[in-house]
Amino acid sequence: MARLPIWLRLAAGATFAFLYVPLAVVVAYSFNDSRLNAEWVGFTLDWYRVLFADQEMLLAARNSLFIALVSSLAATGLGTLAGLAMHRYRPPWLPLLVITPVAMPEILLGVSLLVFFIQVLHLTLGLLSVVLAHITFSIGFVAIIVRARLAGMDESIFEAARDLGANPWQTFRLVTFPLILPAVVAGFLMAFTLSIDDFVITFFTAGVGVSTLPLQIYSMIKIAVTPEVNAVSTLLMLLTLVLVAAASRMDRSFMKGGA
Amino acid sequence: MALLELHDVTRRFGDFEAVKDVSFAVESGEFFTLLGPSGCGKTTILRMVAGFDRPDGGRILLDGRDLAATPPEKRPIHTVFQSYALFPHLSVGRNVAFPLRMAGLPEGEIRRRVGETLEQVHLAELADHYPHEISGGQKQRVALARGLVNRPRLLLLDEPLGALDLKLREEMQLELIKLQREVGVTFVFVTHAQNEALALSHRIAVMNRGRIEQLDVPSRIYGFPQNRFVADFIGNCNLLEARVVDRRDGELGLEAEGLGEIRAPATDRPGSTGVLALRPEQVRIHAGGDGENDQDNRFPGTVRDFLYVGDVTTYQVVLDNGFRLSALRANDAPGRARFFEIGDRVTVSWARQAGHYVPD
Repeated sequence: MARLPIWLRLAAGATFAFLYVPLAVVVAYSFNDSRLNAEWVGFTLDWYRVLFADQEMLLAARNSLFIALVSSLAATGLGTLAGLAMHRYRPPWLPLLVITPVAMPEILLGVSLLVFFIQVLHLTLGLLSVVLAHITFSIGFVAIIVRARLAGMDESIFEAARDLGANPWQTFRLVTFPLILPAVVAGFLMAFTLSIDDFVITFFTAGVGVSTLPLQIYSMIKIAVTPEVNAVSTLLMLLTLVLVAAASRMDRSFMKGGA
Repeated sequence: MALLELHDVTRRFGDFEAVKDVSFAVESGEFFTLLGPSGCGKTTILRMVAGFDRPDGGRILLDGRDLAATPPEKRPIHTVFQSYALFPHLSVGRNVAFPLRMAGLPEGEIRRRVGETLEQVHLAELADHYPHEISGGQKQRVALARGLVNRPRLLLLDEPLGALDLKLREEMQLELIKLQREVGVTFVFVTHAQNEALALSHRIAVMNRGRIEQLDVPSRIYGFPQNRFVADFIGNCNLLEARVVDRRDGELGLEAEGLGEIRAPATDRPGSTGVLALRPEQVRIHAGGDGENDQDNRFPGTVRDFLYVGDVTTYQVVLDNGFRLSALRANDAPGRARFFEIGDRVTVSWARQAGHYVPD
């Protein structure tokens, strides 16, 4: 690769700094031996100890993981089917229907889900309503990823399977599914990441009884940004990074197999 | 009874008739080719025979049985796709084993047949490789092996050599002929390359705009085109617009546009108009004034251009009356690349028995 001119590298460096310095500050302060996010005093793991002793926080974490797991599994199943349908039958209205929740402002989706759950379904807000809400906004992401994978593939591969004696179900099981699997896994990881980070929609649909990590963090910083918040944010960041890295790795193997 | 029969098969896409009332029969063991320019309907026919598409009218029979209600996986017909369509997530061996697995053969039998077939296409050592690890020519062989491994009644080949470079293509042509003879499976081959069709086929159906223009053995397709399209599409051809003025002694007297009266083998009656199809290799070119048989059709002219391709050179000659003709001459003189240069005065001539008059 050609060497980039110095000014371009400086500009790139500044952009990355703008993106990542705030995150680095949070990580740094989570190890700071001081109650205040003011100056560096010394290294400590105390805030992580405090965090893991905080029952409310642990419960919120458990809720978050449960919601993320269940909603992303359901969204992966439905989104994969939607992606397949968009690709195979190409109805002009389907992409619009599937992708609209992705583009919709979160606050709008949150409010309308709240009204729908209470007024129409007469549902008591709780884990179930949050899971349902998260499924609605995740399906579109999975569907888009799966469809992109299918769009890059040679259609005659599927015809070849039929031609060589596989019925439609065998074709799906032995050819289509293995080929879209990287996209399905990437979609799942994407949905999981979106769910575990979500604040706005969760805020509207969780009700009073249920808290998730983002809700818990928000309620704590109403008072002050404590080092404990830094600690939990750092852990959440770490989890997200791992998921994003895994998803992009899937995406890469998916480029390779697509040819 | 013919193995495959098409009766008045028609396929429309909206207002466009891709295939119009096409009928033909393919005999068992035959190498049959559908030849035509892109968009002529040949691939649509192949897809209907394979079962990926349905005719809007007419019937397709295999061994006398109508295929209309049979899905692709139930037809004893396999396809070699233009893109090869190998399964990218399966090794070469597993690709070839796929149709046998679907047929439910026992594992030992599958292993034996896969080994045998890979041997036949010289790929035994690549069984564990994946499609993205092998070359285009090797993919082509895998696709062939996969199509032939469980001995279909019919193998359809959709421009299978189109993606290969020239040298490899010629190699594969010879191998296809050999393979087809060895396994005895009936081939229906689709191509737009006329030389490929002539080299490979027992019979050729030349297609244009959804119809068959001529169905015959290669030598007759080349030597006796039935109409202007076939004459023009197959090989290079001089097309001389002409009108028949008389017929005697098994010969036609033609009034050819720009040439005056010439003689040609008799194929039609006086009064008709059409073209005389004259192959460049039938036209002799010699230095101006050299004596030749007076019985031939002879015209003086000037070399305008030439196309040197190594073994032969095709000369464009402008006759003194302004008419242009292509003449081909083998570069067979030792120590000489070609015989004539641009601007040379020459005489072109052809035997009265040469050429083929095609009435409109």
